[in-house]
Amino acid sequence: MLFSPINPMHIPDGFLSVLLSIVLWVISVVLIGIALRKTGQTIGERQVPLMGVLAAAIFAGQMLNFSVTGGTSGHLLGAAIAAILLGPWPAVLVMTSVVAVQALLFQDGGILALGANLFNMAIIGPFVAYALFTLLMKLFKKQTWGLFVAGFVAAWSSIFIASLACALQLALSGTSPANIAVPAMGAIHALIGIGEGLITIGALAFIFAARKDLLKADANKPARNIGVVVGGLLISLVLVVLSPLASSHPDGLEWVAEKHGFIEAAREAFYNIVPDYSMPGISNPALATIVAGILGAVIVFGVAYGIARAEKRPSAQDDAQR
Amino acid sequence: MRELYTPNHSAVHRIDARVKVIFTLAFIVFLNLTPSGAWPAYILFFTWMFSLSLSSRLGIAFVLKRSLLALPFVLAALPLVFTGPAPLGQIPVLNTPSLTYSVVGFYRFASIAIKAWVSVMAAVLLAATTRFPDLLTAFSQLKVPALFLTIIGLMWRYLFVISDEVTRMLIARTSRSATAPGSNRSGGSLFWRARVTGGMAGSLFLRSIERSDRVYAAMLSRGYTGQPAAQKTTRLQKKDLLALAAGVILLVLLWLLGVITGG
Amino acid sequence: MEPVIEISNLSFSYPDGKQALEGINLLVQPGEKIALVGANGAGKSTLLYHLNGIFTGSGMIRVNQLELNKNNLPRVRAMVGLVFQNPDDQLFSPTVYEDVAYGPTYQGLDPHTVREKVALALKAVHMEDYAQRNPYHLSSGEKKKIAIATVLSMQPQILAFDEPTAGLDPRARRELIDLLLELQQTMIIATHDMNMVEQLTPRTILLNHGKIVADGPSLDILRNDRLLMTNGLI
Ligand SMILES: Nc1ncnc2c1ncn2[C@@H]1O[C@H](COP(=O)(O)OP(=O)(O)OP(=O)(O)O)[C@@H](O)[C@H]1O
Ligand SMILES: [Mg+2]
Repeated sequence: MLFSPINPMHIPDGFLSVLLSIVLWVISVVLIGIALRKTGQTIGERQVPLMGVLAAAIFAGQMLNFSVTGGTSGHLLGAAIAAILLGPWPAVLVMTSVVAVQALLFQDGGILALGANLFNMAIIGPFVAYALFTLLMKLFKKQTWGLFVAGFVAAWSSIFIASLACALQLALSGTSPANIAVPAMGAIHALIGIGEGLITIGALAFIFAARKDLLKADANKPARNIGVVVGGLLISLVLVVLSPLASSHPDGLEWVAEKHGFIEAAREAFYNIVPDYSMPGISNPALATIVAGILGAVIVFGVAYGIARAEKRPSAQDDAQR
Repeated sequence: MRELYTPNHSAVHRIDARVKVIFTLAFIVFLNLTPSGAWPAYILFFTWMFSLSLSSRLGIAFVLKRSLLALPFVLAALPLVFTGPAPLGQIPVLNTPSLTYSVVGFYRFASIAIKAWVSVMAAVLLAATTRFPDLLTAFSQLKVPALFLTIIGLMWRYLFVISDEVTRMLIARTSRSATAPGSNRSGGSLFWRARVTGGMAGSLFLRSIERSDRVYAAMLSRGYTGQPAAQKTTRLQKKDLLALAAGVILLVLLWLLGVITGG
Repeated sequence: MEPVIEISNLSFSYPDGKQALEGINLLVQPGEKIALVGANGAGKSTLLYHLNGIFTGSGMIRVNQLELNKNNLPRVRAMVGLVFQNPDDQLFSPTVYEDVAYGPTYQGLDPHTVREKVALALKAVHMEDYAQRNPYHLSSGEKKKIAIATVLSMQPQILAFDEPTAGLDPRARRELIDLLLELQQTMIIATHDMNMVEQLTPRTILLNHGKIVADGPSLDILRNDRLLMTNGLI
């Protein structure tokens, strides 16, 4: 079975501005660094294989689906169930592994955009899920159904909030106007989130029936992760407030303008060093395109010819290298 | 689920994994830094990746087809065509009324699609010509924390085993998803289907957790101490460094070309 | 009597090009119990998977006169119950009851009928007391019986088993064979367990490299040492 990467939340390269991508890379790296330190301190080496195997299971588990209607189907993303089973910081590491391997080896999500995708799916996802799950579990103490309500809300929110972040990132990059991206992404993921929530309930029901102990493990010591709970709630709050604001001011995202300013400045500087008239043609877009096209064709032809030549010769070099 | 890596003896396969990782990242960064509408630069970026794909002997059709996978996402950028700034163009739809679109918006949209496509080509090339252990070694030499690489290494080790497990579960479910004789409805309710899928996920996770116990025991019996094995670091060869530097300089030049010609 | 299964000239290759079945012709009469034997990789599982359309090769398969194609797949699946080698792949509900109820519930039957069918199926495998247990913690032998119940609840006329006795201890194996002897359905059993073949299935089909090399009374085939030797069974 081939993995088919059509997931509306894995942003490919090309859709985010480079500046924003780098900012999100830095934020993600810092938070993942904290996760590595915390995990290294608080849990034994015993957890390392657990995180590795569970990351594989979440990756593979994303193939599990149920048909919704007209050929569409619901899937599991898994950030919530990871946070519930492992606690927030190990869940960040597990989801980071999943999202990173998807980008690097299966091209599901871009490489420059990986910082953003990690931020949305490996940080926001587990944080929001953990915060809401912990909070609701406190609220519905001791009721079995509380577990399922908390699981559903945690899973739904992890998807929905992450999708708002994703939409804002697209808007900030000038790729998709906020007044379209936010409602569209939000609406689609409010539905996808229901699927995630229901699958999470099913998974919790199974685990509750078979290994209740696994669900007790982390619930006893929420105090240790109070920072995550507060952080997760803050993220949710900010995004829920920010998104409608942004979508009612679609042109108010000045970053885009700033970026244009930067490019203008670079162009000016360039012309100061190399005057325009010394490169006839380059300043004429149509001509430049034609020249580039011809050059490209020549290069490709040359490479193809070179390879064909090399292939005809007995590949003594290859054999020697082996 | 299949691994993308395709063994071959091409020149691209033989390049040091570190060089490939850094170059791929640089390529994608500069491509994405190129302003929209810089067609000459895009053509040359594309030419570059196309030539590399040719010399990797992966089969150009494979690379092109695989790299189209990111394209459904361009839907996200489609609104640009209609909401972008003036000048506005008109597409006659059944003569009247006509559809208004923004020329600049359309250029932006096309630019995003091209960048996405060529970026994925670069990523495909990296994944298809580099063995996973070599990638891990490269990352470790590039100072990615060992704990993280251990987790990813284990994940990779079990990914295909577990995805076979998932495939078998899905087949088993399919084989029991039947229509009763003389009836036309089947499928159960949506909620029920979702919950059953959740049960499959729960069972998968439990089996995986228990598998990880066995993995841990096996690791211990082979002398695992919690400390990842030290990687021996070989210095990059001079010719690799030179090639990388030349590549990055060329990327900068291409980017400049983009800055001049772009909109 | 009309055959319940009719396969003519069935061939199948996996997407990677590996030819797993080649020119299979087979008639199965109602109530027959048939063993499918052959070395590892002979194509036994692949053939079983064709019986309810998980794989579709070239050639023709008819189940109860119904030619297998996309349109009547869901119906054929109700007639052929497939029991997989690893019950863990087949059991995914919090309780045994829900697992056995999966098939009837999917068929859209009303809750009352579902309950009846589940009760019957559990009774058939002598596991009535297990309805509220969690399948995850049962022994291999118990899981196997529950897996059988999960297909029995759809009341299929044909049961197909992939290595049912693999991994069972002697007693669980004994109980399973007794159970299979009790059940009246037509059975096709892929197995490496020659003792079970002797006790359970009067007819044996021997596969090698995706082709049927022998099809006849089990006792004849089991006594033909040369045949078993050349096909990698001893
Ligand atoms: N998914 C697959 N892709 C490619 N080839 C496969 C696949 N599954 C099985 N095969 C190949 O098809 C052939 C038949 O496999 P099959 O599983 O039917 O054998 P089997 O008789 O059931 O063997 P065993 O006794 O080991 O269960 C084997 O050569 C096997 O390698
Ligand atoms: Mg088999």
